[in-house]
Amino acid sequence: MSNILEVENLKAYYGASQALHGITFSLVKGGITTLLGANGAGKTTTLRAICGMVRAEGFVAIDGEPVTGKATEAVVRLGVGHVPEGRGTFTELSVEENLRVAAYTRRDKAAVARDLEMVFTYFPRLKERMAQQAGTLSGGEQQMLAISRALMLGPRLMLLDEPSFGLAPLIVQEIFRIMRRINEEAKVSMLLVEQNAALALDLADHAYVLETGRVVMSGTSAVVKSDEQIRKSYLGY
Amino acid sequence: MEQLLQQVASGLANGAIYALVALALVMIFVSTNHINFAQGEMAMFSAFICWQLIHWGYPFWIALPATMLFSFVIGVLIERIILRPLHTAPLLSVVVVFIGLLAIFHSLAGAIWTHTVKPFPSPFPNFSFAGSGIIGPHQIGMILVAVLILALLFCFFRFTPLGLAMRAAALNPTSARLVGINVDWMLALGWGLAATVGSVAGVLVAPVVYLEPNMMAGILLYGFAGALVGGISSPGGAVAGGFIVGVLENMVAYLGYMLERATGFYLIGNGEKLTVALLMVITVLTLKPSGLFGHVTVKRV
Repeated sequence: MSNILEVENLKAYYGASQALHGITFSLVKGGITTLLGANGAGKTTTLRAICGMVRAEGFVAIDGEPVTGKATEAVVRLGVGHVPEGRGTFTELSVEENLRVAAYTRRDKAAVARDLEMVFTYFPRLKERMAQQAGTLSGGEQQMLAISRALMLGPRLMLLDEPSFGLAPLIVQEIFRIMRRINEEAKVSMLLVEQNAALALDLADHAYVLETGRVVMSGTSAVVKSDEQIRKSYLGY
Repeated sequence: MEQLLQQVASGLANGAIYALVALALVMIFVSTNHINFAQGEMAMFSAFICWQLIHWGYPFWIALPATMLFSFVIGVLIERIILRPLHTAPLLSVVVVFIGLLAIFHSLAGAIWTHTVKPFPSPFPNFSFAGSGIIGPHQIGMILVAVLILALLFCFFRFTPLGLAMRAAALNPTSARLVGINVDWMLALGWGLAATVGSVAGVLVAPVVYLEPNMMAGILLYGFAGALVGGISSPGGAVAGGFIVGVLENMVAYLGYMLERATGFYLIGNGEKLTVALLMVITVLTLKPSGLFGHVTVKRV
């Protein structure tokens, strides 16, 4: 089985300070992998480095195509839907405009229309809010919009940065259920960054644990879940 | 009464020009947070290009689109070549570059076409009609062309994918990149469009103020006033602000004239128009800093 994402010895820098010290991992096509770790471990930075949003060195390949050093929009055009930290909603645009602009790179109108219908089956609430200014949506709805925006790209790989952040537990469960459906039905591979390790390990098949910019542990979710150290530090029991 | 209508009509005609200049300023401001001080001189330079084409024998309605195209290319080139390296530069460096551009266009126009004042023929036919006493054909033409340009731009930004992408790039560059938009090119395109809109203003106003390198100096200030009054972050507001400033400055002059006739004292008149415009700016900025139509951006944190 081939890998949708290949990361080797990835280093990333914010100005003079180094945030990633050479991390290596991969993501199987169709799989869900999660990156766990405390604040400042480098999870968000990893996603940003993959998308060319921070200065990075090392090797990154999307479906076999090397993307290190490429501009963000060029990486995105390979089918990478990044749902960023803070959701990145175009708050002044309407929900409909947010979804339309997300399909900006696609020329196949019929496929875009199909994907819009798909988005509505996952998130019927967005259909009711089409004309509404996106900034006035609730936090949960904005997260749904952010995921939908990534879906409208027609992605092969989704990078999800803390989709549970700041949301009520019920909404989080709903969103994670839908993420599983998207993974299974739309065959989108996912790289998930989460503070909520229990939730992430339930969804993902593989996990990597980061500490201060290095991978300290990895394996299938089941293995990582049963590790005593992980249980104490991240799962809290 | 007829005099009042005349003043309103000519205010609307001037306002159309201010609206175009204000819109050009706002288009660059919303995507870069910079005020392009060279906007007026770029428009003046475009007016000279148009004049040159007409002088070479091309009809006006060919010269105008050619001028707009030329201005678009110049705008794009300025962004790509001069401003691109300054993307992370401090604000003051950018301001200095704008002032440098202003000086360059000013002296370039003077060097090529001299500082002698040139008449610029009105492209609109001179005919008389029912309202001739109130508004002249060139003034009607100015308003119509300006409104047409504004309507086209509105449709472009509202209904086309490229227009939407440009708005997205201005509102949130990071997210725009994440949906695959090349934000750098959107900025350059915005500069090109702003230069095009400005060029129309320059060409339309040239028959009124006559063609010379200083012709846009005052108009840029009025356009700036319009943009601030309407709201520097709101394109629609800037257009409305331009018209408001145009009509109000004439109203003030008209009021002064009526006062003088009634009391015999000169209080305010044509000479104080610019002062009034600047007072309006200060008043609006003091009472409602986001402008009449601007909105304060509220962020969820």
